[in-house]
Amino acid sequence: MTRANRVRDWDGPSIFVEDVHKSFGDVQALGGIDFVVERGKVLGLLGPNGAGKTTAVKILTTLLTPDRGRALVEGRDVVRAPSAVRELIGLAGQSTAIQEELTGRENLEIMGRLYHLAPDVRQRRATELLERFDLVDAADRPTRGYSGGMQRRLDLALSLVALPSVLFLDEPTTGLDPRSRLGMWDVIRELVSAGTTLLLTTQYLDEADALADEIVVIDHGKVIAAGTTSELKNRIGGDVVEFVVVERERVGEAVEAVQHLSEGEANVDLETARVSLRVGERGSQALVDSVRRLDALGVNTEGLGLRRPSLDDVFLALTGHGAEDEVPPQSPAGRRAGGRRH
Amino acid sequence: MTTAVLSSLVALDAPNPPVSERIRLGVMDTLTLTRRDLLIWLRNPAFIFFTFIQPVMFVLLFRYVFGGAIPVHVPGGYVNFLMPGIIAQSAAFASFGTAIALARQLQKGVIDRFRAMPMARSAVLLGRLVSDTVRLVLTVLIILAVGYAVGFRFHNGVVPAVLMVILGVVFGVVICTVSAFVGLAIKDEESVGSFGLVWLFPLTFVSAAFVPVHSMPGWLQAFAKNQPVTIVIDEMRSLALGGPLTMHAWQSAVWLAGIVAVFVPLAVRSYRKA
Repeated sequence: MTRANRVRDWDGPSIFVEDVHKSFGDVQALGGIDFVVERGKVLGLLGPNGAGKTTAVKILTTLLTPDRGRALVEGRDVVRAPSAVRELIGLAGQSTAIQEELTGRENLEIMGRLYHLAPDVRQRRATELLERFDLVDAADRPTRGYSGGMQRRLDLALSLVALPSVLFLDEPTTGLDPRSRLGMWDVIRELVSAGTTLLLTTQYLDEADALADEIVVIDHGKVIAAGTTSELKNRIGGDVVEFVVVERERVGEAVEAVQHLSEGEANVDLETARVSLRVGERGSQALVDSVRRLDALGVNTEGLGLRRPSLDDVFLALTGHGAEDEVPPQSPAGRRAGGRRH
Repeated sequence: MTTAVLSSLVALDAPNPPVSERIRLGVMDTLTLTRRDLLIWLRNPAFIFFTFIQPVMFVLLFRYVFGGAIPVHVPGGYVNFLMPGIIAQSAAFASFGTAIALARQLQKGVIDRFRAMPMARSAVLLGRLVSDTVRLVLTVLIILAVGYAVGFRFHNGVVPAVLMVILGVVFGVVICTVSAFVGLAIKDEESVGSFGLVWLFPLTFVSAAFVPVHSMPGWLQAFAKNQPVTIVIDEMRSLALGGPLTMHAWQSAVWLAGIVAVFVPLAVRSYRKA
């Protein structure tokens, strides 16, 4: 059975979410979110820790029921037809579901059994997936000895055993080192090019930027922005002047000197003494003015320059706080920021 | 976004498969997970230790170190007194694996992954129960073999001997339902590892497992005499060595049924909520 004819009865969007609410006791995790993902597209669900991303994924994968609203996966209602939804989805997440005592092949085999695949089909599928995810050499070793990147790849392979029509990846690269992270990106891109609809949650803006066709930004359980990456970047418009203050104690002075060039508050990262200003269409003029002002003040800077806005800037503009504010220090993003220190 | 236009989307009908088909798949899923649980167990040295080595050490310890100092009045002496107790105690402690495995699977997200798949939800717990039963049968048979090697003998014929083994396994399975609840309720492997089984110590040691209850102080006897572990062990002892059967038999049955009636719903509820 191929992916296409399993959902031939539905020509609407692969994922449809309408006014979904979910609370845990007094804590509201989702306060009415809406979004749609067309077949074969990648949606990046972006937001800080605790924004409601995982709750949204759990509702769409039938692990939680919404308090209110509707969620359809390939036209099947997650509350009224959860079994039908489960037939069509794959889920891989931040916590790996692989069993460390079992080999990679055994893990895949057991998944195939649980999806009720015929013996020859599940063996063939296991072999294909091991080849595709570059795990052939390690296939018959217990997965306890796999590296972090290998475990994530196997975890992803496990979610693909039954050729899902819609795949949910909940923070697939959280905790991976930068190299394994790029490796995962390649794997995910390849998957998407084969036509799988993908919903990806991430707290890394660069990840959403690199992988997603469309982005939905959620914060405190609400959608605060939605659109393509370039639409979101255009929304804040223009360029960004950025520099790092060498003598960290003079950051305040420096910001005061250039604040008037910025549309809205200057973004200051106190830890790295990095300042960024949204300067709109006056890019080069603002750059020259910044150099003059800072020079007149006698503040030494590094990496002073003009750049296009990143999703970080978008997030800051939308929420008033950075997307990675709550990212634990061992994350790749945190490490990257730390690397700029002197 | 286009949500407003799409609110008129009508979800597809997705009828559930017939009951017979669901039962067939449920049995298949249960067996798949039983197989999985047993494979994991066989490859985990710590689990092997708890199932085989520790009970054997207990047999040798009580038989040769403490046994000489404990006067008992049963045919064949202390080793015969000891074996039913050791079997029940080991079966109870074997449920450690149940609690640890369930907590670990919850914590790692394995159970969430299973629940997002088109498999029977009950298969996770049922598969666990079946693999635990297999494990318990092996444990009990190994302890018996060691017991035979150090002088234990059945004194009451073959059928009661077989019944004793069955009662030991059933008792272990019943304790596994309690452990399943503990593991699912605590949800954290480390906590389960450090205090998830504390309750088993008073139950198994303040019982007739290793010493005659009448050797304890009076206030302790009241507990030791009437708690389920003692009642089950007394019944096992009567089956192995001869003695009054019926009284302890129905008491055991009531206790075991009661524990199952309380803890199976609790475990299922924790599993659903987790």
